[in-house]
Amino acid sequence: MDPLILSRIQFGANISFHILFPTITIALGWVLLFFKLRYNATNDSAWMRAYFTWVKVFALSFAMGVVSGVTMSFQFGTNWPGYMEHVGNIAGPLLAYEILTAFFLEAAFLGIMLFGFRRVSNRVHTLATVLVAGGTTLSAFWIIALNSWMQTPAGFEMIDGKAHAVDWWAIVFNPSMPYRLVHMLLASGLTVSFLVAGLSALRYLNGDRSESMWKALRTGVFTAAVLIPIQIFAGDQHGLNTLEHQPQKIAAMEANWNTGPNVPLVLFALPDEAAKENRFEVAIPDGASLVLRHSTSGVVPGLNDYPGNHPPVFPLFWSFRIMVGTGLLMLAVSWSAAFFLKRRHSLPKPLAMLMVPMALSGWLATLAGWYTTEIGRQPWLVTGVLKTADAVGPVAGSHVALTLAVYLTLYVLLLIAYLGVLVHLALKAAKDGDSSPLPGVMKTAMSQPAAGE
Amino acid sequence: MTFDWPTALPLIFAGLMGLAILIYVILDGFDLGIGILFAAAEDAEQDTMIAAIGPFWDANETWLVLAVGLLLVAFPLAHGVILTALYIPVFVLLVGLILRGVAFDFRAKVPSGKKHRWNRIFFLGSVIASLAQGYMLGVYVLGLDVGLGGMAFGVLVAFCLAAAYAAMGAAWVIYKTEGELQKKAVRWLRTALVLTALGMAAVSLATPFASPRIFDKWFVWPQMLYLSPLPILSALLFLWLWRQTFHLPKPDDRHALTPFLTLAAIFALGFAGLAWSFYPFVVPDKLTIWQAASATESLAIILAGTVVVLPIIIFYSFYAYRVFGGKATDLTYD
Repeated sequence: MDPLILSRIQFGANISFHILFPTITIALGWVLLFFKLRYNATNDSAWMRAYFTWVKVFALSFAMGVVSGVTMSFQFGTNWPGYMEHVGNIAGPLLAYEILTAFFLEAAFLGIMLFGFRRVSNRVHTLATVLVAGGTTLSAFWIIALNSWMQTPAGFEMIDGKAHAVDWWAIVFNPSMPYRLVHMLLASGLTVSFLVAGLSALRYLNGDRSESMWKALRTGVFTAAVLIPIQIFAGDQHGLNTLEHQPQKIAAMEANWNTGPNVPLVLFALPDEAAKENRFEVAIPDGASLVLRHSTSGVVPGLNDYPGNHPPVFPLFWSFRIMVGTGLLMLAVSWSAAFFLKRRHSLPKPLAMLMVPMALSGWLATLAGWYTTEIGRQPWLVTGVLKTADAVGPVAGSHVALTLAVYLTLYVLLLIAYLGVLVHLALKAAKDGDSSPLPGVMKTAMSQPAAGE
Repeated sequence: MTFDWPTALPLIFAGLMGLAILIYVILDGFDLGIGILFAAAEDAEQDTMIAAIGPFWDANETWLVLAVGLLLVAFPLAHGVILTALYIPVFVLLVGLILRGVAFDFRAKVPSGKKHRWNRIFFLGSVIASLAQGYMLGVYVLGLDVGLGGMAFGVLVAFCLAAAYAAMGAAWVIYKTEGELQKKAVRWLRTALVLTALGMAAVSLATPFASPRIFDKWFVWPQMLYLSPLPILSALLFLWLWRQTFHLPKPDDRHALTPFLTLAAIFALGFAGLAWSFYPFVVPDKLTIWQAASATESLAIILAGTVVVLPIIIFYSFYAYRVFGGKATDLTYD
């Protein structure tokens, strides 16, 4: 097979596997901080039990994120040497700042956060939690800045085929960056809310009615219920930003073949790129014009304006719909669950059973969203600057195929093991309930054994 | 050579990258080494050994990300050339690092019946990662030549580095534990030292013959004279440490950290020798650090950040090591 396609599949597989875990750790850090602060304020040990259950999930997710992230830092060079060759002057400093300001911060204080409970004072432990959560978020900031620059490059000039920085502020805060960052941080918040709610629902179904289960369940459900409408609004704004800067992406997402007014909103279709038409189309008349231009006669860009220079239509059309569909399902589930928890102080069994698989709904929506925006950038690696085909390395297709097969096997096995552990941890917490041994929480540190003592 | 930024920045970054690699090799060296020694340890000892590295391994591995990151951002051309040439070994290294990294966490969280499986994966991952690093180093030394001779040399370096990491791991166990396990670690250290010394001697003998370029660099008067302290000092430290192993552990656990520091010094000396052999190339015989460097304005902005952040990183890394100082106890989340 073609090394270009194989390299894309390999990098896509790695980055898809990787993003699952930062999506959890970015927001879970803040959720853990919330548990900790509630404990500090109320002295209610149930908060600390919730903390200790979820800090294990954090540790495991963090490790998965680290190892898959290390893989990525090598793959820039092994699979895409042309990328750094042409835009290394821009991408380099952004990645360097991510490593320097975020990775070390997280890594150094993670040890204290995970294992330092008896070794430092409660105050320092809380501070370590803040620094880890801040580190994961800062890391998202830098990597989203770089990704957004690849989507909507700004603040640079080309000299002899290489990008050179002119204005770092414009590079970091490029046109799509604020929208993408907000969209991603909210996605992380929703992923974690549904994960926490879903695993708590699993405990609930197993007969666990402990205080720590209720606290985690409420935290998950209410956070999700608050975040999802904000996310729908933010996603809409992000879409309008894409319409302005990457109209060809919108055209493919909406499977709109001809530029013009009164464009329908296609709900279902099988886009056929060869025939340039949609089969089995189900559409709302004027819908796309209304959504994108806020007027039925609004002109929506069509694929005919970008012959041979637009992303593939079928995957974009469908990944976008999967994301939006999942989002709407999240809205329905989180609001119903919030209603029952608030008004009835209970959870109907069918709803709880629905919430368990919904624990992974954030992953599905996040992946579908990233596929939409990343495939939507094709055929460019950096929009208007560097084509994906011009960045691939001189590695033989057979090598890429072999390593791809091993990576995929490894990732599938690790994912199964990871989900198995999450379920195991939830069931164990359900069994222990409020009787799980609670570690002593101390205001002051234990005395430190000096080296050689 | 007149001083100006376009000349100085690549040099500074080569130095920083070298420093990051050295710190990585020393720090991740001991936790990879502990993974290798896992095969020789009992169940309970394995838990203590994990406790001795648990809070640190993640930060240790971040130095690898920094080293590769600096190669990527400061010498993008070299990053592409080196990593595409080492495609398969890099892949093997990554599989090893992935396996051991997650095994760390899984072994503590899976139902107890499955713990053994993850212990084995931790051992395997550590061995694979160490061997892959050594192999890459060997092939790199020969200028990324992957002929049959180059591969054989790579395999030789791979075993040498794995033995050296095992020695580092044993030295760290001596520092972090007490009682039977500590005595056992002294015996591990002795065995690993013999293997490392044999390996190093073989590599040192083979290198100048395998690489005429390095031969020319090593055996030229008067450079030979300036270079001679490196091998002599390394050999002396080796012998001294070897003798020390017969007196460890000492009463009151004095000098428990000495073996580790001595090994770190030997690593630093070896590393200085390598740096001398390559300068000014970042891809041997192909690209100098100036040819491969990023644009000056990009290097400048990274350097500005590095100067501010690196001391802070070193400061809080020390703090983290201090918090978990002393003998390793059971590692729990509470």
